[in-house]
Amino acid sequence: MWLALVAVPVLLAVCAALQVRIDAETRLLNQGHEELLLRSGWLLKKLSLGYEPLLADVYWTRVVQYYGARARKPGATFESLWPLLDITTTLDPRLMIAYRFGAVFLSERPPVGPGRADLAVDLVKRGIAENPDEWRLYQDLGFLYSIHLKDYQKAADAYLEGSKNPHAQIWMKVMAARVAESGNALETSRLIWIEVYANTKDELIRRRAMQHIQSLDAALGLKHLNESSEDYWRKFGRFPTSLQELRDAGLVGGTLQDPAGYPYVMGANGVPQLNPKSPIVLDPDQGPDKLR
Amino acid sequence: MSAIAGVVAINTFREAVRDRVLYNLIFFALMMIGAAILVGQISIGIERMVIINLGLSAISVFGIIMAIFIGVGLVYKEMEKRTLYSLLAKPIRRWEFLVGKFGGLLLTLVVNTALMTLGLGAALFCVSGRFERTDLTILVAVYFILLELALVTALALLFSCFTSPMLSTLYTLGIYVAGVFAPGILGVSQFTQNWALRAITRFVYYLLPNFHDFGAIAAAAHGDAVPLGLIWHNTLYAALYVALILVAASAVFSGRNLK
Amino acid sequence: MANPAIEIEHLTKDYPVGFWRKKMRRSLDHLTLQVEEGESFGFLGPNGAGKTTTMKLLMGLIFPTSGTARVRGRSINEVRMHREIGYLPEQPYFYDYLTARELLGYFARFFGYHAAERSERVTRFLALVGLAAAADVQLRKFSKGMLQRVGIAQAILHDPQVVFLDEPMSGLDPVGRREVRDIILDLKRQGRTIFFSTHILSDAEMLCDRVAVLVEGKLRGIGSPGEIVSMEVQGMEILFELGKEQALPPNIAARAKNIGNRYRIEVAEKELYAVLEQLRGCAGRILSVAPLRPSLEDYFFNLVGRQKSQVPPTEVGVR
Repeated sequence: MWLALVAVPVLLAVCAALQVRIDAETRLLNQGHEELLLRSGWLLKKLSLGYEPLLADVYWTRVVQYYGARARKPGATFESLWPLLDITTTLDPRLMIAYRFGAVFLSERPPVGPGRADLAVDLVKRGIAENPDEWRLYQDLGFLYSIHLKDYQKAADAYLEGSKNPHAQIWMKVMAARVAESGNALETSRLIWIEVYANTKDELIRRRAMQHIQSLDAALGLKHLNESSEDYWRKFGRFPTSLQELRDAGLVGGTLQDPAGYPYVMGANGVPQLNPKSPIVLDPDQGPDKLR
Repeated sequence: MSAIAGVVAINTFREAVRDRVLYNLIFFALMMIGAAILVGQISIGIERMVIINLGLSAISVFGIIMAIFIGVGLVYKEMEKRTLYSLLAKPIRRWEFLVGKFGGLLLTLVVNTALMTLGLGAALFCVSGRFERTDLTILVAVYFILLELALVTALALLFSCFTSPMLSTLYTLGIYVAGVFAPGILGVSQFTQNWALRAITRFVYYLLPNFHDFGAIAAAAHGDAVPLGLIWHNTLYAALYVALILVAASAVFSGRNLK
Repeated sequence: MANPAIEIEHLTKDYPVGFWRKKMRRSLDHLTLQVEEGESFGFLGPNGAGKTTTMKLLMGLIFPTSGTARVRGRSINEVRMHREIGYLPEQPYFYDYLTARELLGYFARFFGYHAAERSERVTRFLALVGLAAAADVQLRKFSKGMLQRVGIAQAILHDPQVVFLDEPMSGLDPVGRREVRDIILDLKRQGRTIFFSTHILSDAEMLCDRVAVLVEGKLRGIGSPGEIVSMEVQGMEILFELGKEQALPPNIAARAKNIGNRYRIEVAEKELYAVLEQLRGCAGRILSVAPLRPSLEDYFFNLVGRQKSQVPPTEVGVR
């Protein structure tokens, strides 16, 4: 039937066009609906009849989809992220990527995440209980305590504990010492994020880590400029009105750009700031007002 | 012309009704709805939501099972058992036969789904003593389930024309699952940098029957209204896709030498 | 001269065989023949000769590799052709969840009868094939013979002008065979064209105006049964029974074979009555006397041999 050869592609094309419309409409419809009926990981495990790893994979896919879909929507909440991760790791306690993902994204503050570092800690601790040999989980724990919970003692303990593992990399020890000594320093945070970036293959995590690293780089740049600004004040009795003045005074050199390539600008009272056009977002604790 | 297809449809419906296996399935489905009431008692405050969620899910799952279970044998059985020999000697065109088979199974599914929906309604009434205006969304959700079933039936019928029931089941189920997770496939295209992969996943996304469109169970549970535009578009989508599958099936079947 | 009821021209069917389906097996080779209106035509051949293939091609169940066919002037590709034909498949199988009445009612719907007429026809034809009593029994409970009868009923219930029967006597007991024979004769009397295939020679003899012989997909000959019957009878076979006290005459005893007290002997046609007389003398009971025929293949080869010396096969059958 030659009719079929013509009709089938035509109908498929029309359906594809319809699909575009439908996509828009279903997005509106399902907004805000957390379609997570069974929140009990334990129950699901019982129900999965031996196919836990497969189901864990399915749920892991949902985690990524869930997060990815919401991360781009303004005003989105992440209520189901924790239950999804909870279920995933209950079904497959050895799914390392889930713990790391949870550590990074559960703790992220809105609008990037739900801002629940406490739940993230629970998740990672459970991971450690199930996988005592995985030193990387200690890295995640240390990361959480240091970056989000600002408990530098616990962070140092975590790094130290992890470094005891014969497979652990050297920098775990270094990190333990660093955090214990200057946990709240920007450089320490930057190092932690670099290790996160270097030690994971997941695209989303790497991207987020890079954003943090750039943000910290910018913050460090601003801090350096701020110190130069204060030097200027000590020298000239007033604050500089532009970066050029700093440069002319020989207090700074090189390119004065943030990691995104936008030049820093001088604000009021000699407080350097990010270029308004720059896409980099500073952490709330790293903002210019925190510099003094 | 379409009267002939109707004759085949009624006979197919009669066959399904006399197939005792169906009754077991319906029984299980109704049991599920009963279980939903029980579960609803446990989760206080959201009994209605749980009942609607579980009930609609049961209706959907059992509908799909039935559609596949019967659908994959629709044409295959007739070819194997050679009941087609005497049938095709009558003044009937091969495509009329296919459309009739499809119609008969769809009719069966509609009747069964209606019965189960009544069961769900009864369960709901049991628990909360009244219906709300927002419950109309439940009917929309059921309608969407029927659209889904029509698509699954058509797929099963297509495979039934040229392969064994076991393989037909695998293929139909495979496409169904892929269609449910279709947004995930689109998601891959959005996350990847590889342009070839992006093109392929986008193509596959629009090629597959997108079963995800018909998911209105969550909306029904929360009592949201479904926009008329979506109802209309989904209907159109399902109708056109079913049509194209039936056209393909007719092409395949019309050229087939019976053993 | 009116159009032939059935015209087949160079109908050929090849099947792909082998693992890669590259080789072709020819199951029907350029079959050409014509059947006139009102003729009763037998299609003979050993198993695997291509008889069923021909029927399936005519019914549109399979498609020819080449060649055409027309029934009552209509191509076999046309749906309308099926209004005027009836078909009984070999070893028919029907929807076993239906009763005989329901099956016939279902098929009757394809012909557009009103409900009353449908019902009347169904009842009439059920009675005709002797199934009135079992009309409301589900087909899954039917014996082979009963299914065969339902098959005939569904083939003729719309009064088709041309009836195709594929091995209509198969699986029937002697009573059933006789009934089917009677039905076919009745159809013939009504002036319908009958095209039926069989590998049983005696059925063809009794029922057909003409027969065609198919061997390995090729038409070996067409002729009237008379031409076949006039083949030399090789002798006669006598089956008889002896009581315990009786003894056989020595010339018979030498040639007879037995199981228990049942005997079988082959005699030349001219000695038949002499031997029968002898058996009467020893008070044996005659069970049957039947002509011995050569095997079917012998017939066919002979037919071919004879016809090679005359005219090409297809012309013999044309009147």
